[in-house]
Amino acid sequence: MQFPNAILAEYTFSEIKSIFVMQGFAGLSLFSVLLLMALGLAIIFGQMGVVNLAHGEFMALGAYMVYLCSQITADHFPAFQPYYFILAIGVAFVVAALLGAFVEWSMIRFLYKRPLDTLLATWGLSLIMQQAFRSIFGAREVTPTLPEWLMGSFKPTETIDIPINGVFVMGLSLLLTLGIYIFMFRSRTGLHMRATVQNRTMSGAVGINTGLVDRFTFAMGCGIAGVAGAAFTTIGSTGPDSGSRYIVDTFLVVVFGGAGSMLGTIVSSFGIAQAQSVSEFFLEGTMGKVATLMAIVVILMFRPQGLFPSKVRS
Amino acid sequence: MKKFYENVLGGRSGSIGIIILSILLFAILPLALDAFRLNLVGKYLTYAFVAVGLVLLWGNSGVLSLGQGIFFGLGGYCMAMFLKLEASSVENTKIQSTPGIPDFMDWNQLTHLPAMWVPFKHFPFALLAVVLVPALVALIVGAAMFKRRVGGVYFAVITQALALILSLGIDGNQGLTGGRNGITDLRTLLGWDIRTQTAQYVLYFTCCALLIGAILVSRLVLSTRMGRLLLAMKDKEDRVRFSGYDVASFKVFVFCLAAAMSGVGGALFVLQVGFISPSLVGIVPSIEMVIFAAMGGKHSLLGAVYGTLLVNTGKSLFSENFPQLWLFAMGGLFIAVVMLFPDGLAGIYESVRTRFFSKGTKEKATDKVPAVNAAASVALAETGGKS
Repeated sequence: MQFPNAILAEYTFSEIKSIFVMQGFAGLSLFSVLLLMALGLAIIFGQMGVVNLAHGEFMALGAYMVYLCSQITADHFPAFQPYYFILAIGVAFVVAALLGAFVEWSMIRFLYKRPLDTLLATWGLSLIMQQAFRSIFGAREVTPTLPEWLMGSFKPTETIDIPINGVFVMGLSLLLTLGIYIFMFRSRTGLHMRATVQNRTMSGAVGINTGLVDRFTFAMGCGIAGVAGAAFTTIGSTGPDSGSRYIVDTFLVVVFGGAGSMLGTIVSSFGIAQAQSVSEFFLEGTMGKVATLMAIVVILMFRPQGLFPSKVRS
Repeated sequence: MKKFYENVLGGRSGSIGIIILSILLFAILPLALDAFRLNLVGKYLTYAFVAVGLVLLWGNSGVLSLGQGIFFGLGGYCMAMFLKLEASSVENTKIQSTPGIPDFMDWNQLTHLPAMWVPFKHFPFALLAVVLVPALVALIVGAAMFKRRVGGVYFAVITQALALILSLGIDGNQGLTGGRNGITDLRTLLGWDIRTQTAQYVLYFTCCALLIGAILVSRLVLSTRMGRLLLAMKDKEDRVRFSGYDVASFKVFVFCLAAAMSGVGGALFVLQVGFISPSLVGIVPSIEMVIFAAMGGKHSLLGAVYGTLLVNTGKSLFSENFPQLWLFAMGGLFIAVVMLFPDGLAGIYESVRTRFFSKGTKEKATDKVPAVNAAASVALAETGGKS
């Protein structure tokens, strides 16, 4: 293994500065990726307590929707090419949310009292969705044709190179976080959602249709996963199993942040992303990821409630 | 003797179950199947060790671990390390630049055996490690988590993360572990060629005998007062805790026991199949093993064996004939087991049996099924607390 000092010694000072800027940016874009993935789960798992192991597949669904939109645009409306991506994000949200509502109606609502069984059932769902993607879109990874404005990179100086798609994903995740915050804490539906999570019986007693709220919440979480998947198409290609690759990371982000805490999710995805991108610079290959995950699990053993535990008794 | 009959064999119906399983494993399958298929069954039976452990852990203590592949893999790797060292004797590895070390180490430019590997030259150490390494890891993880009252889905998510970490870690350290390909090309056990057909038969019967042994040990554990407490904890954990029991220690014990069994399963897997790789450690195999137990009925030790055999047979039939449909079938199975028949095969068997065979002795029949309803186990908890 090469030692970092030896690596650093080969560069000049300004080059080192550029490395730090770009490495920092890599950490930031990993942060926005993790945050995007975790936001939907923070609602489904953090708020509702449903362990949705098919969350990754809902992201893949969103990504495939963008691919589908891109194909349709290229075949039928070539003039629409520069703008389709924005519409595709909306399609990804709606399709993933509709499927989420259906899954809640047909499966999840019977299992709220049996969390461990939910876990197995949603794992089964994820297998079925993966195979469905494989049968419909093929086993190979696909990439949508991205509009021109998402390509290329900023070059503030000679040596610094910041890709535009990274900035786009970052902007989208910040926008989405803000949107969810406003929705959850400033709207009437958000109030109903929080009330149902905190005290289901009492919420029902004051006239909230808790069954409907559950379905809506679950669908919204799935829709957000779909948007996350749509955002990913700007960074990497999509395969049938690309969702399942991230599922553990996503759950760890939510658990580490403290289930039920939006702020915790943000802070923990920031911390995990920075730790991972730094350790990947120093350690080789997958070991950076192993070290980061191991650190999280060890911290969770000492502090199982996560960074920002919710104060509500269960 | 009577106590042994009642507790370990589970009385009349329990003994009949064990005898039927033994006849199936020791007589019917070896006579009906050719050597290749029997070897496959032997492989499936090694998973059944994990499934039996999961019945103890999940069905009877309410702790779902999604990381049992860790322990299966650790046991397997301990055995594989011993076998690999035996296969890489100096005369077998003459062509390497460093003779006497496993081939993958040589490919990764290692020039001496890593310290971790040195004790695995000794067979007694390797045998002990097969049981103790998984148990020790389970002890550390279990103590850390159960003492802090982490349970339910959090425990499941964290054990799943551990399975991912271990499989990535093995994958990433190619020189030390053989990386993604795992440890392959295992030949002899103490000079005895394990690849011959006779050896395969001997190993199959050893595997069956050990599996029956594991079931009997689990029965014994469940029939003690601790077994009743475990059952009570599953339904009303706080109540057991407030009765003055140290809930965490019981859970740690069961977790370690299940881990040790899985380790034995892993070691037998390596002996019969001849390799081990990180693909048997990760998230997917770990959760598949849960479905084996669920299929058989998560409360039923014998059911776990049948569930494992059934799901794996289905898997190999499907993937031979309709590979595209297999994931649909597997996914559907997960959903169906949870939604339609939560007590699995054992539940179906019980309902058929009570309906058709024991009209007069209905109450007796339900009495024999462990943990059918919550009320029964709460009652058990109360007797446990008072005595």
